[in-house]
Amino acid sequence: MSAPNPSGWQPSLGSMGSESVEPMTASGDRGLMLEEPLSFELGSAGKCGVDMDEPDEAPVSGLSSFLRECAPELPGLTEPEVIRHYSRLSRMNYGIDLGPFPLGSCTMKHNPRLNEKVARLPGFADIHPLQPHETVQGALDVIEQLADWLIRLTGMAAVAMSPKAGAHGELCGLLCIRAAHDAAGERRTVVLVPESAHGTNPATAAFAGYKVEAIPATPDGRVDLAALKEQLSADVAGVMITNPNTCGLLEREMKAIGDAVHAVGGYVYCDGANFNAIVGKLRPGDLGIDAMHINLHKTFSTPHGGGGPGSGPVVLSEALAPFAPLPFVTRVADGTLRLIEEGEAAEHAPESFGRMTAFHGQMGMFTRGLAYILSHGADGLKQVAEDAVLNANYVLRACEDLLDAPFAQSGPCMHEALFSDSSLPDGFSTLDIAKGLIDEGFHPMTVYFPLVVKGAMLVEPTETESKMGLDRFILSLRNVVQRAVNADESLHSAPVFAPRRRLDETQAARKPVLVWNGDRDG
Amino acid sequence: MRYLPLTDADRAEMLALIGAGSIDELFCDISPEFRLPGPIEGLPLHASEMAVERHMSRLAAKNLSAGQAPFFLGAGAYRHHIPATVDHLIQRGEFLTAYTPYQPEIAQGTLQVLFEFQTQVARLFGTDIANASMYDGSTACWEAIQMAGRITKRDRVVLSDGLHAHYVSVIEAMARFTADTIDTRSPALEAEPDTSKLVGSIDEETSCVVVQYPDILGRIPDLRAIAEAVHAQGALLIAVVTEPVALGLIEAPGNLGADIVVGEGQSLGVGLQFGGPYLGLFGCRQKFVRQMPGRICGQTVDAAGKRGFVLTLSTREQHIRREKATSNICTNSGLCALAFSIHMSLLGGEGLARLARINHARAQEMVRRLTAIAGVSCLNDVYFNEVTLVLPKPARDVLQALARRDVLGGVSLSRLYPGTSGLENAMLVTATETVSEEDIEAFASALEGVLA
Repeated sequence: MSAPNPSGWQPSLGSMGSESVEPMTASGDRGLMLEEPLSFELGSAGKCGVDMDEPDEAPVSGLSSFLRECAPELPGLTEPEVIRHYSRLSRMNYGIDLGPFPLGSCTMKHNPRLNEKVARLPGFADIHPLQPHETVQGALDVIEQLADWLIRLTGMAAVAMSPKAGAHGELCGLLCIRAAHDAAGERRTVVLVPESAHGTNPATAAFAGYKVEAIPATPDGRVDLAALKEQLSADVAGVMITNPNTCGLLEREMKAIGDAVHAVGGYVYCDGANFNAIVGKLRPGDLGIDAMHINLHKTFSTPHGGGGPGSGPVVLSEALAPFAPLPFVTRVADGTLRLIEEGEAAEHAPESFGRMTAFHGQMGMFTRGLAYILSHGADGLKQVAEDAVLNANYVLRACEDLLDAPFAQSGPCMHEALFSDSSLPDGFSTLDIAKGLIDEGFHPMTVYFPLVVKGAMLVEPTETESKMGLDRFILSLRNVVQRAVNADESLHSAPVFAPRRRLDETQAARKPVLVWNGDRDG
Repeated sequence: MRYLPLTDADRAEMLALIGAGSIDELFCDISPEFRLPGPIEGLPLHASEMAVERHMSRLAAKNLSAGQAPFFLGAGAYRHHIPATVDHLIQRGEFLTAYTPYQPEIAQGTLQVLFEFQTQVARLFGTDIANASMYDGSTACWEAIQMAGRITKRDRVVLSDGLHAHYVSVIEAMARFTADTIDTRSPALEAEPDTSKLVGSIDEETSCVVVQYPDILGRIPDLRAIAEAVHAQGALLIAVVTEPVALGLIEAPGNLGADIVVGEGQSLGVGLQFGGPYLGLFGCRQKFVRQMPGRICGQTVDAAGKRGFVLTLSTREQHIRREKATSNICTNSGLCALAFSIHMSLLGGEGLARLARINHARAQEMVRRLTAIAGVSCLNDVYFNEVTLVLPKPARDVLQALARRDVLGGVSLSRLYPGTSGLENAMLVTATETVSEEDIEAFASALEGVLA
């Protein structure tokens, strides 16, 4: 189990926080720890990093009364200044390229560079969404091939490709459900959601016009089927269940849940954020799911890019497929592919609930996702799920003696291992563990989610981590927890080795400074 | 498998530590009747990097890309030159492979970029503040309508007839479920937007008026006059900018009285990519900050007193407020915001103004040459880089014929407004700085050929 850091580095706990031993520098930089001003503090008004050949004197008289009084007050930078500015900023970021990024539920896995390369082929990157269909047959083919894979991997009837991200996919699924009930002349008002669900679930249900009611959980961390049955009525439009759930557990009773919901005329929405744990092992369609979004940026590795873009295709059952949004790709009689848009909806999709976004979805993510899927194949995707689950269970069993693991007896975990801070001494919490891990050179796990567990720590290593990498992470996690167990007060100062110490979030929210006004103040 | 580091020996060792006899034991919670016995049948097995690249390249080669042909499409997605620096920098792994900056001490790169991005968007739009981006222009527009409803406590929405047809479709689809009343109409082929008609449809139930600027036909509405009328009824003006390069030349909507300004940021730094991912821009007045959807980055200090940045005001958001959140949005368009911000930093305000003048000049050349063709006229008196051309024949057929001659000529209004009569012969054409004199000449002679 113990794999010492190959560099020989060990935390020198005694000297933490005593920065007086470090010399002050005039620049504020410390070796390769580089500070960087805002671009507005670097640039000047007349500068520009783009050379343009055309003369300045193009006539603008036609726009007379509409002309801007003065150019936007944005300084320009030359190319070398821009390269340096962003390169220096990038070094203040942690990414999956640097090491484990075990954010539970977020699925930070390796982003293959082939996928970046193919997405940039001009035939994909430089085509307009409204070109004539004859000129984009290859692009429509990518959408169709990816759709076919998603349908077969999930065992569902159809897929809506246009949703822009997971929460947008949830909205797509719920709107299909509402449209189906509308078509049947029913107006149902309630959607049932477990308390452990991602915040997007209740927010989406509310956005779609439903009242949200909580589903109780069993002590072992799963949906309480008996309690759920009590809640079901003709007023329930559906349930939103995350499977595997946010406690990292498979919902064993999913089929029974679906049967019960269907029996009262409701539909089953599955949050597929954690599909990576079961891809190739279990098809949600076999469990009676009616709609499930798939985060291409999770299961199928499209890069998270510091917060997006995502992509959230939604697989649909036979019952909901007719209500899927526009546009979608279909193969017509002459064998060519075309998009069904508003003009063709009456003929091809009379029950579609309409459009969710201006164009056809996240094409740049489709090309990356398809390349990932083709690289792995049916056998590789199954191995992905197995390795991800193996890695998570390895972390769970390697740390459960030291850190409370509330569902350790509930069966194997799936893609993520859940811990809580309830075994830590008074005064030490999940936040300290997270910040201590930063000093160890790791990105922390997801913290304080799910809300149903006190001081939750959700560790999702994904299939990307090697055994040696996991051993190093476990060593560090145990070291930080041990510091807390030893009531090492210096842990409250962590991180001390990061580009910034703990940031004052209260001040940020109390007096929001959301834009730079350095050239306007005084 | 090149992406999977575990060896069989590792797997065996790890299973032993876990105390499981086999990997299947870890999947014991899947009922045996549903557990898949092996790789799903009928699907291909893993493939080499070379094989996958070949497959994808063949698919890409089946498309006619904008760089291969004279190209004049716009209608909400614009082809601009993207400096090589932009794509190089967004591929730095520290940006590309980072998550949402929930741990700010090790995400200052992303956070400072977002703070700079917000400042750039606010100054471009003439708004007090901006958020850290939305999915795209159309979804940002719907979010703005929802926000106006929360602020005004009213639910009647008036859309100008110049709002992009797909944006209208999104609004209509969403409003069906929220019970907002949408007042909308298809555009008529008139040289100027009908301000008096729009103003006349505002009443005391109206929460907001949504006006695209420049509009879908390339015309430029008089936002100042509209804003006065909107505010007189206690409603909010939402301006929608689908071509942000225009704001290098024409006045910022926020400076003309718009309360919320949303837009599609794709024009700066983000390629066409067949429609996505794109970049939703969102700015508004300071006083509405707590009703704004989406992630927001704010300035603060760390424990050592150094300036730093964090995601802030998250009590508006779904992960805290759940069903009471201002929006269900979680993921934004972080990497596209980075690309936008890098491109904007290279240009600066004056560079953007110059780029806008070049676009406008190119469009004038295009209009001059195309309207010299018998039977072809330009609807617009005023335009930026996009105009509506009226042809003697149905535009959709003409565009298909042009495509057969390897000219990507524009977007037909009948594709955007199917079923609206009177628009069949009209199409939108755009000229950006990427269009050369030779492109315009090739377009004109192909059009002459098709119309002959």
